[in-house]
Amino acid sequence: MALFDQWVLTIILFWPLLAAIIVLFIPQDQEDRIRRFSIWMSMVPLILSTLVFVDYGVRFLQGTGGLQYELQVAWIPQLGASYHVGADGLSVPLIFLTALLTTLSLYYSARTIHHRVKEFFFLFLLLETGMFGVFMALDLVLFYVFWEVGLVPMFFLIGIWGHENREYAAIKFFLYTLVGSVAMLLAFLALYFVTGTFDIVKLTEIKPLAGNLWLASLVFFGIFLGLAIKVPSWPFHTWLPDAHTEAPTAGSVILAGILLKLGAYGFLRLLLGILPHAFAYWGWVIVGLGVISIVYGAFVCMAQTNLKRLIAYSSVSHMGYVLLGLGAAGVALSGTVSFFDKNSAALAIDGALLQMFNHGIITGALFFLVGILYERAHTFDLTRFGGLSGKTPYYYGIFMVAGFASLGLPGLAGFWAEFFVFRGAFDIVRIWAAIGVIGVVVTAAYILWRIVQSVFLGEFNTEWEGKLWDMTGFEKVTLWPLVILMFAIGLYPAPLVNFFNRAAVELLTQAGFMF
Amino acid sequence: MVSQLIRLLPELILVITAIIVILADLYARRRTARWLLPGVTLVGLAASLVAAFVQWAAREPVAFTLAADSFAYFFKMVAALVVMIVVLAGMDYMRERTRFLGEFYALLLVATLAIYVTVAATDIIMLYLGLETLSITSYVLTGFLRGDKRSNEAAVKYFLYGAAASAVMLYGFSLLYGITGTTDLQEMAKRLTSGEVMGSLVWLAWPAVVLVTVGFGFKASLVPFHQWAPDAYEGAPTPVTMFLSTVSKGTGFAVMARVFVSALPALSEYWLSLTYGLAILTMTLGNLVALRQASVKRMLAYSSVAHAGFILMGIVGISAAGATTPFSGIDGVLMYVLAYAITNAGAFAVVAAVEDGAGGASFEHFSGLIARSPFLAAAMLIFLLSLAGIPPLAGFAAKFFVFAPVIRQQYYVLAVIALVNAVVAAGYYLKVVKHMFFVEVNPNGAISLSRGMEIALWACIVGIFAVGIFMNWFAWLATGSAAGMLGM
Repeated sequence: MALFDQWVLTIILFWPLLAAIIVLFIPQDQEDRIRRFSIWMSMVPLILSTLVFVDYGVRFLQGTGGLQYELQVAWIPQLGASYHVGADGLSVPLIFLTALLTTLSLYYSARTIHHRVKEFFFLFLLLETGMFGVFMALDLVLFYVFWEVGLVPMFFLIGIWGHENREYAAIKFFLYTLVGSVAMLLAFLALYFVTGTFDIVKLTEIKPLAGNLWLASLVFFGIFLGLAIKVPSWPFHTWLPDAHTEAPTAGSVILAGILLKLGAYGFLRLLLGILPHAFAYWGWVIVGLGVISIVYGAFVCMAQTNLKRLIAYSSVSHMGYVLLGLGAAGVALSGTVSFFDKNSAALAIDGALLQMFNHGIITGALFFLVGILYERAHTFDLTRFGGLSGKTPYYYGIFMVAGFASLGLPGLAGFWAEFFVFRGAFDIVRIWAAIGVIGVVVTAAYILWRIVQSVFLGEFNTEWEGKLWDMTGFEKVTLWPLVILMFAIGLYPAPLVNFFNRAAVELLTQAGFMF
Repeated sequence: MVSQLIRLLPELILVITAIIVILADLYARRRTARWLLPGVTLVGLAASLVAAFVQWAAREPVAFTLAADSFAYFFKMVAALVVMIVVLAGMDYMRERTRFLGEFYALLLVATLAIYVTVAATDIIMLYLGLETLSITSYVLTGFLRGDKRSNEAAVKYFLYGAAASAVMLYGFSLLYGITGTTDLQEMAKRLTSGEVMGSLVWLAWPAVVLVTVGFGFKASLVPFHQWAPDAYEGAPTPVTMFLSTVSKGTGFAVMARVFVSALPALSEYWLSLTYGLAILTMTLGNLVALRQASVKRMLAYSSVAHAGFILMGIVGISAAGATTPFSGIDGVLMYVLAYAITNAGAFAVVAAVEDGAGGASFEHFSGLIARSPFLAAAMLIFLLSLAGIPPLAGFAAKFFVFAPVIRQQYYVLAVIALVNAVVAAGYYLKVVKHMFFVEVNPNGAISLSRGMEIALWACIVGIFAVGIFMNWFAWLATGSAAGMLGM
């Protein structure tokens, strides 16, 4: 077992890279071989990360927690930077989510990408390594390396296989993210000169700059900028609608499903972990931006006529819940408000973690569904559809499940996340939470009115007569795992909620919160 | 004495190689011996590289005016390595354009020798001689294509600027001599620190620093002494551009670091404020102009100016305290010069290949390169990402090591300006990437590469990944070299 503990993360991490390099050596014209090989290779990290997820859950039940599967190998010893990977309750579910969505995306893309196939699968596998790396890295330099490694393949995925405006969207995506990540690098360096190490675990123990609010805030906002752009929070979100709308289906799934989570993950791992004091002090800012994102994102959705753009903006709104939960915990940590229940702070983070996981599944499914419609109609224009419920009932059913999960219908995954976020935040930042609830109402409105009403109900547009067929086998196979997860988490949330609750309590305790 | 000659072995090897090249040229049959002259040059450079490498740890003065220290050997190794890449990438390019190959390789070797002397000089007269030798050989190399008007124009422009700059620098040197009464850098530092100087002339220190900086800034193509650079880079034969924009520029930084740190530490407030302003000016102006270029070659020329601003951050961030520890600023200059040299050499090599294969170096000529030559496109992508500072490539290690000292000195304004510049630079690099990968027209046929070009590109790619991934080793080398300059 010791061997498994040490190496499992490294194998998950570098397996896709290895696969990507092998793909380079398969001749370009053997497209089917490239497709099959990539999908099979991506199964390995999926199986291993599922094992890790279950194994970590068992460890929680047995009472052990914290960082597991750690491996540290010297890399730049003179700077105190090392290859240090590990996972805890925060990262294990996200690693699983990454592996799951990547495999599904590869499977789906195998049938829908017919152009420059070799490059596509090479880049997608490279992207997977980048995402795993961010979730596993316990060293700031390593974190930064993987953060940027993921950027390049996504740039190409959008720019080569995207829709009409792809070049503009790709460059905008790259430059926006780069601004944030370089700011983050500067903040990392500032941390290094205070503490003499890049090791996240050590930094979490030291909690530097507690006494120097000015410098702490400078560092905080340097990292904050990088993360807030990635999440994205209003007003740093403007790259998102372009990137998500123009990306190919699988690219959008990964963008919304995983890449946004990198930002939220960073909030917990870096800001709450290393700079809890600054996090507490500026908790209000995170709450405020979160609530604005929720409400603003939801209202913008109401105004969309492009189905994919609508789903993209819904991500801004939904990631706002994550920020609200995190910010509320920060405010609780600062001790400046009196609230009734100490557990509210943990519940708020609990909700944020659940929302990260659920949003990955739900929005992933929604982007697949939008992509499926696009494959047939070659348009995202909402106003041109109508009455699809009768023509494509299977598609209608699946879309309903994902849509209702997204608006937070009880019985589906999305509900629990919103419930915990608001349950936690309401106790701590009452007024802000109350404003945030507007977003929930508007979400219901845009899902039901903008999407269901204008795409599935009403009169069928005869333009599409005979052109729209119902979901085919591979599309069902792509969607079912996600639908099953939505139901499973919605109907029996206890295991996952307990898991995230343990993780949230650990994170807060580590940050110095007294329960 | 003999032991001292061994310290000069890298230089001696270059001299001998240059003589052999000239002699071999007399007897070589051009058609049958394509590899003869470049081959001899390569062997000589490789031997010289090895000779520098084995003596890296040395710390001693040679003949009173040269230092055999790890700082000098570091730059000699970089120079030899990059010139080898230049020779490999440029052998076909030059053979198609000129008959005077013997002269070309001999001049290239002499220019390299000049770099060797300059980076090792510990005496301002020797320094001046080295820089002048480098300049004069560079003028000739720039104008080497005598039938090409642009090559000629570039050479004249370069010469006029260069002559003025070296006169200004010499004037600065004479002021320094006037104040301190010595031409030796160490001695100069001692007298300036202890105050044994011509008291009535001390006020001349500030103009002296400014004048000297103009001379170094010319070589390093700092704004506003950069005007020659884009024209010379664009007009010169591309292999010569590779040489000028990488190691010749690096030499400017080597002497700047050595003179400022080892001779003028007492005047640090002068040169720190000066380089602070020049760094901001150089990176900002270079980038803004690069953004508007229609030719990739000219864009790279301006981006090369902008990178000079980044390298200068290492000098701005120099902290006297910890030269033996990482992030001292000097090691940032070394890391950056190394990373930038192999990356930019590669980028210009691709430009040379595209010029040959597609007939030009504008953005349109790069369109759809992925279909015409996947290897060339992938190589260019790696070079551009490295220039943009994306990990795990060499450019990231370089940025890391120049941002760090600036943050350590808490120059946050400079850091933020550099941040914005790094993003602007990424913007125009992506424009090339866009043309290479996203545009799917296929106006020209496949581009085939010569053997030498392939080897050169592979060498650059391997080097870029090596510096980025084994950053520990190269950082150790750079830090050790920086310490060596201070005799530690």
